[in-house]
Amino acid sequence: MTLALQAAGITKRFPGVLANDKVDFDLARGEIHALLGENGAGKSTLMNILYGLYQPDEGQILVNGQPIAITNPHDAIAHGIGMVHQHFMLVPPLTVTENIMLGQESVLKASRALGQLALLDRRGAAQRIRELSQQYGLEVDPDATVRDLPVGAQQRVEIVKALYRAAEILILDEPTAVLTPQEADDLFVIMRGMVKTGKSIVFITHKLREVLAVADQISVMRGGKMVGHANPADATSESLAQLMVGRQVLLQIDKADPHPGQVVLKVSDISVRDDRQHMAVDGVSFEVRAGEVLGIAGVQGNGQTELAEAVTGLRHPVKGSMSILGHDSTHATPRHVIEAGAAHIPEDRQKHGLVLSFSVRDNLVLCTYYRSPFAHGVSINFPMLERNADDLIRMFDIRAPGSDTLVGTLSGGNQQKVIVARELARQVKLVIANQPTRGLDVGSIEFIHGRIIQARDKGAAVLLVSAELDEIMSLSDRIAVMYKGRILDIIDAKTASREQLGLLMAGVASRQ
Amino acid sequence: MNQQTTSPARAIGQGLRLKGRWWVTALVGLMLIVVLWLLLNLIIGGQCDGPCVVGALAQTLRVATPIAFAALCGVMCERSGVVDIGIEGKMLMAAMVGYAVNLFAYQALKDSMGVVAAGNLSRWLAMFAGVLAAMVLAALHAVVSIEFKTNQIITGTVINILAVGLTGFLYRQFLAEHLPAGPGTFPIINIPILSNIPIIGPILFQQKPLTYIMLITVVVIQYVLFHTPWGLRTRAVGEHPRAADTVGVNVYKIRYINVIAGGLIAGLAGVWFTLEAVDVFNPMMTNGLGFIGLAAMIFGKWNPFGALLGALIFGLGNGVTSTISIFRPDIPSQLPQMLPYLLTVVILTGVVGRATAPAADGTPYEK
Repeated sequence: MTLALQAAGITKRFPGVLANDKVDFDLARGEIHALLGENGAGKSTLMNILYGLYQPDEGQILVNGQPIAITNPHDAIAHGIGMVHQHFMLVPPLTVTENIMLGQESVLKASRALGQLALLDRRGAAQRIRELSQQYGLEVDPDATVRDLPVGAQQRVEIVKALYRAAEILILDEPTAVLTPQEADDLFVIMRGMVKTGKSIVFITHKLREVLAVADQISVMRGGKMVGHANPADATSESLAQLMVGRQVLLQIDKADPHPGQVVLKVSDISVRDDRQHMAVDGVSFEVRAGEVLGIAGVQGNGQTELAEAVTGLRHPVKGSMSILGHDSTHATPRHVIEAGAAHIPEDRQKHGLVLSFSVRDNLVLCTYYRSPFAHGVSINFPMLERNADDLIRMFDIRAPGSDTLVGTLSGGNQQKVIVARELARQVKLVIANQPTRGLDVGSIEFIHGRIIQARDKGAAVLLVSAELDEIMSLSDRIAVMYKGRILDIIDAKTASREQLGLLMAGVASRQ
Repeated sequence: MNQQTTSPARAIGQGLRLKGRWWVTALVGLMLIVVLWLLLNLIIGGQCDGPCVVGALAQTLRVATPIAFAALCGVMCERSGVVDIGIEGKMLMAAMVGYAVNLFAYQALKDSMGVVAAGNLSRWLAMFAGVLAAMVLAALHAVVSIEFKTNQIITGTVINILAVGLTGFLYRQFLAEHLPAGPGTFPIINIPILSNIPIIGPILFQQKPLTYIMLITVVVIQYVLFHTPWGLRTRAVGEHPRAADTVGVNVYKIRYINVIAGGLIAGLAGVWFTLEAVDVFNPMMTNGLGFIGLAAMIFGKWNPFGALLGALIFGLGNGVTSTISIFRPDIPSQLPQMLPYLLTVVILTGVVGRATAPAADGTPYEK
């Protein structure tokens, strides 16, 4: 078997960090090679080096056995390396054709002498895109505007974009993060089809289930080093997680049966508009009881964000009513909601969860600073703030040099721990957790999941919003699936299957 | 589906599936001109007949020339993601340099080549020099805002202030008094055959050269932006520079060239004042037309043809204003002068819809 791509002894240093430490990586022709690792393990650095976005400090890259220099993406493309970035590199107002040919535009032959001012051959390019999309089963409409396409279709555009550049080696960076389980399965079929024609694929992910389902070969990185290789036939989720984290990890949280008590949050038939005045939530009703977790599953952008904002008082419903512990909260302000005993872990921790330019200490009292014991009248009790910060940093294992460290300088996992500490250390009766572990590594996820279940067992009602099906299934007692602003069904988590949830997330109602 | 109230014009447009067609906008514009003409005649008592209308429209195109150039400069810069509010300064600089070169080249050349030939040559030399001066300022803007990633609004403001100071100083030092006579402005060029067409001929084909150059530039930039690899890259860089970078497009190069090409166009706007409009230079003579050009660019949604339309509306306001002041000197001129601005507001809210700037407009690119 020949090697399509070889990285030998790659070392990359950033100020204060050794991002890649003598990393070796071999990609055989015609294989799907999964690259596993936590955030900060060095996967992205390695791939960005292969794609020419970074220059390695040491080491060598070989394509088809020939050592090559890749100083920019142009070189990578010229050597047949294509990359689909986690955050799509598409220009929203341009058409699919324009996006795909950008940088390698086809022009009419007669005008070629004009160089970059030659006449674009849109029709010819669209024709080639159609051929490619047929050949690999990647359905795209060349004339559509990218802005109007759903994420799944945008991803197909990204893949066609790489194929259009005659990529033989495809790097897919967390391609399934934005897909429903069904869409992910479709993608795996496409990937299988591509390797059959001799292409090679590097598949970056942290979802163990997918790795076992689709990869031919698995490499695991941790702390900038390549720590192991595995064959999917011999590996298990547990063994891979252990390789990734470096210790035993609880993948499936151990939780006792729920003991639902009184109704804490009652939402009756509410409708909420989004910023563009579209009806994002359209007549939704549910209840969450003390001591249970209600999971809201759904592909992102189906109204979950607006629903969570409505419940926490950040956005007002245009119809319907809500109550917390029997008190009407339909038009409550966020502070009212907090004082009624609610905790909110917002979707975007940097934008809505923290003041990045404030210290850890100040961020930990953002919703309690005005009350005893942190305030006396108009003055703030700073020693108390300090003590509170020291306690929480210890209890929640926040890795920060000190309580006066600016939150913006912490890693994502530690930022999220600051929020979780602030929200769950209080006496709360209702927890609204929106994407509580997005972008976090396995270790942090394990910790935050444990805290949420702990809050449940202490008698809080938990409303969990997540696009990660694994998270929903592992934490929830009941699961509501949102699609286009409506709740299609609420099912018992014990009897729910991935397939059933996946179909509901795709809008196929299947009441059993 | 849950749109707020729609304007009647848009409702009709949607009903006929006309939304977003350029010629709908043009048609509505035409109707507005007719209404305007009727109103105008009401004000001045029916004195504006055929020749008067043709005169006003020719004046409209004349005045629209520098505004359209300024707007096109804005389109070039902002489509690539660089905000340019220094257009005014570049115009002023070009106007002064153009005037000075025209004057002194003519003095140097007229004895050896004869008056007519020297006048022609010095005017074209002056245009070249004025444009070059604007390009130097544009290059400064490019280096500071692309290379050193400064705030582009501040850089633009600095360029405006720099140009006001520099031209004012040079004017007082060298151009204020005791000047010999210059060769005058460009003559009107009558395009053969076309200029004899009734109504259209006198409006479109009996103009001075910069006006023709402006019309050609609109078409050229429309072609470049939407039908060439360069234009595609420019639009991509203005919207999502990282995406362009990952497919090997050199973001900095695209921005440099667009900003400097924008400077070229702003230079043409500037030399219009001293080589086409009048044969003198006055401090601050560009009089805010660069900023009006930016308004025309926004009105035209960052499209060359749209920008031309915006410029024409401002020009039309000027044409109507001067007609009114000829026939009714008793009406304060400030009143009719409000017209183009009112018109802009009405059209922006009712017909054109919301304008969205390129997404990366004004944001320096960090690799």
